[in-house]
Amino acid sequence: MMKSILLTGVGGQGTILTTKILSAGLAQMGYDVKMSEIHGMSQRGGTVNTQLRFGDRVYAPNIGEGEADLIVAFEKAEALRALPYLKKGGAILMDRKEIMPLSVLTGAAEYPHGADEELKTLASTKVIPAGEIAEALGSAKSQNICLLGALVEALGLPDFDWEGLISAMVPPKTVEMNLAAFRKGREQAR
Amino acid sequence: MSGDEAVARGAWEAGVGVAAAYPGTPSTEILENMAQYSADVYCQWANNEKIAVEIALGASMGGLRSLAAFKHVGMNAAADPIFSSAYTGVNGGMVLVSADDPGCWSSQNEQDNRLYAPHARLGMLEPADSQECLDFVKEAFRLSEEFDLLMLLRMTTRVCHSKSLVEQGERAEHMGKYESRPAKYAMLPANARVRHVKVEENLEALKKYAETSPLNKIELNDTAIGVIASGVCYLHAREAFGEKASYLKPGITYPLPEKLIRDFCGKVRRVIVIEEGEPYLEEAVKAMGIPCEGKAFTTRQGELSAARIRAAFGLGGEPEITKSSLAAPPRPPALCAGCPHRGFYFAMMGYHDRLVAIGDIGCYSLGVGSPFNGFDAAICMGSGFSIPIGLSKALEKQGDGRKVFGILGDSTFFHSGFNSLVDAVHAQANVCLVVLDNSITAMTGHQQNAGTEVNLMGQPVPALSIRAMVEATGLPKERILEVDPIDQAAMTGAIEKALGTKETWVILSRRPCALLKDVIRARGDLRCEVDAALCKGCRACTRVVCPALTFDSVSKKALISDPASCTGCGLCQQQCRFDAIKKVGGKA
Repeated sequence: MMKSILLTGVGGQGTILTTKILSAGLAQMGYDVKMSEIHGMSQRGGTVNTQLRFGDRVYAPNIGEGEADLIVAFEKAEALRALPYLKKGGAILMDRKEIMPLSVLTGAAEYPHGADEELKTLASTKVIPAGEIAEALGSAKSQNICLLGALVEALGLPDFDWEGLISAMVPPKTVEMNLAAFRKGREQAR
Repeated sequence: MSGDEAVARGAWEAGVGVAAAYPGTPSTEILENMAQYSADVYCQWANNEKIAVEIALGASMGGLRSLAAFKHVGMNAAADPIFSSAYTGVNGGMVLVSADDPGCWSSQNEQDNRLYAPHARLGMLEPADSQECLDFVKEAFRLSEEFDLLMLLRMTTRVCHSKSLVEQGERAEHMGKYESRPAKYAMLPANARVRHVKVEENLEALKKYAETSPLNKIELNDTAIGVIASGVCYLHAREAFGEKASYLKPGITYPLPEKLIRDFCGKVRRVIVIEEGEPYLEEAVKAMGIPCEGKAFTTRQGELSAARIRAAFGLGGEPEITKSSLAAPPRPPALCAGCPHRGFYFAMMGYHDRLVAIGDIGCYSLGVGSPFNGFDAAICMGSGFSIPIGLSKALEKQGDGRKVFGILGDSTFFHSGFNSLVDAVHAQANVCLVVLDNSITAMTGHQQNAGTEVNLMGQPVPALSIRAMVEATGLPKERILEVDPIDQAAMTGAIEKALGTKETWVILSRRPCALLKDVIRARGDLRCEVDAALCKGCRACTRVVCPALTFDSVSKKALISDPASCTGCGLCQQQCRFDAIKKVGGKA
């Protein structure tokens, strides 16, 4: 067994921390885990992808086109951009949050507001309003942990002490808020 | 842990005493992680890669194990000491780490530094994952000492930045002693000739060892196809071919274990070499007289993946890709909200008919292209100050009256830009050289440099003054202009002055990176706000193209759409003729 997950968002949304918590949990469960991320120029407001593969034995660390079992998108347009990576029969978990790229701000490109509806027609797609949930809980920053909640449900791996792991890995002052976001995310994905 | 973390850990376990580097993606995290061991290891950000190698070389001569790390292009800057110290060999083991970047994720080229090993006469190891990074760097130190050779640990982006499970060990201290040995280390012709013979003998001995090294792995499955692949390419190939092929994964890739390769190739019917970049292994195997295939199926460009290999070799055909009728808008990296470089580029926009700009390597390279069209060329570290010298001579000969502007950053200035400045002043070139000084090596993630008051190990150090260095060239003080780039009146004034004469000018564009922790702390919640009642919707402010500012198509007014990232720099405010933008918040 091996599963490939692509997490995608915009620099600053916390995709990397989410992937770290997820891979730490999977490693504790005894899976072989590899995670690949691209640093450097992508941090400056660009698209950020992290890729995670886990299973009995994982060789290659990165995911090619048509290979992801699950795409987790923190931003609507990024879900669309990641689509070519989705395996036939794979699933998409996405936020409907919109972050305008400069190409849209300058008028050079149009934002695909209908991407979530479009993706629902193309693949098994679940929209989690993680950004809105996080804001309602008091900080937009817990969007990533809310999506992590949805993610562990989607993977069928809720029976693990994720909350203990989150408590140990997020900044101490944000533990309660993040746990609340995590629980909401799980509810949404059930 | 990541490959970079594992290299740092492995070197620490091997008892490394000195480690030096110049930051460069994807190698930066090696030294950043090494700094956590600074109680045991002297760690330094050198001003450039050549200096990093020379620092490591001195430590090795002195009897300590030492390491120097760089990205692939950094090895070019360091090539001078590497080629000669390859002859001297080592006292304490010495390991060079080259982090190559197939696919150009954050680089100006895709050069394959495996070719340096045979050229410079280095031993070479190639790890594939983080466990191997830790194990191989330890073995590299041991081999360096046993065979008196400089060892190259060659990594690639996916090895550096992928994380996998690693078993750690303890540190074994390693302490040699300095001895004066000019016949070994003073590379005058008479000594160098002798040492060249010696290094060839040492490489021959390493080659014999490589035949039986446990770092080389053979996996015999179906023998119809035999795959030879090293580093991360082995992992991609293993996944793509599965058990339908046999594998030879050499861990020591220079000198190559020839007998082992012959044995393996003799056991399989068809030999396929899978590698990114140059056909390094393929040509070596062919030179042994063994028929094999490789680059006929894959290109020199880009990264490999299991999917690419499957497609290239017809293993299960092309993956089925779901396509949408909608297009995702481009989201390339951009200058951050509050970035000082935006102020400079925005001021320069009004003068593109009177100047030609040449850039360099750093965050400011994000100013190339639309909307700022910041510069026409960027080649390598420091060239932003030297290309303008030659270009200015060319324009002069053609009667082209435009002045050449050279642009680079503080870290690039310390790296090699200062040398270029000296030549520009000496040549009395008709250039204006601009240091975009944001007080940090920003692009690679905020590393300290010679201009910062703290070093990599967190110790206070004297900060070099770029201004004093510029003055030391003898350039008259009235032609050295120090300006806050966000202050548009001051910056356009400075550009006008430089354009006014055919002499050499320097502009010190000084404002710290808006993302520095101290800057964030001092800023508090300072930000801009648009007063919708006063905004006339003229869009003058949005011309600064700040990611925190947008034009609301419903209300037809400007809007700070991302107040959390707005730094209140006020660049947009300076464009508003109706006083509709105000600064709010901030600490008293």
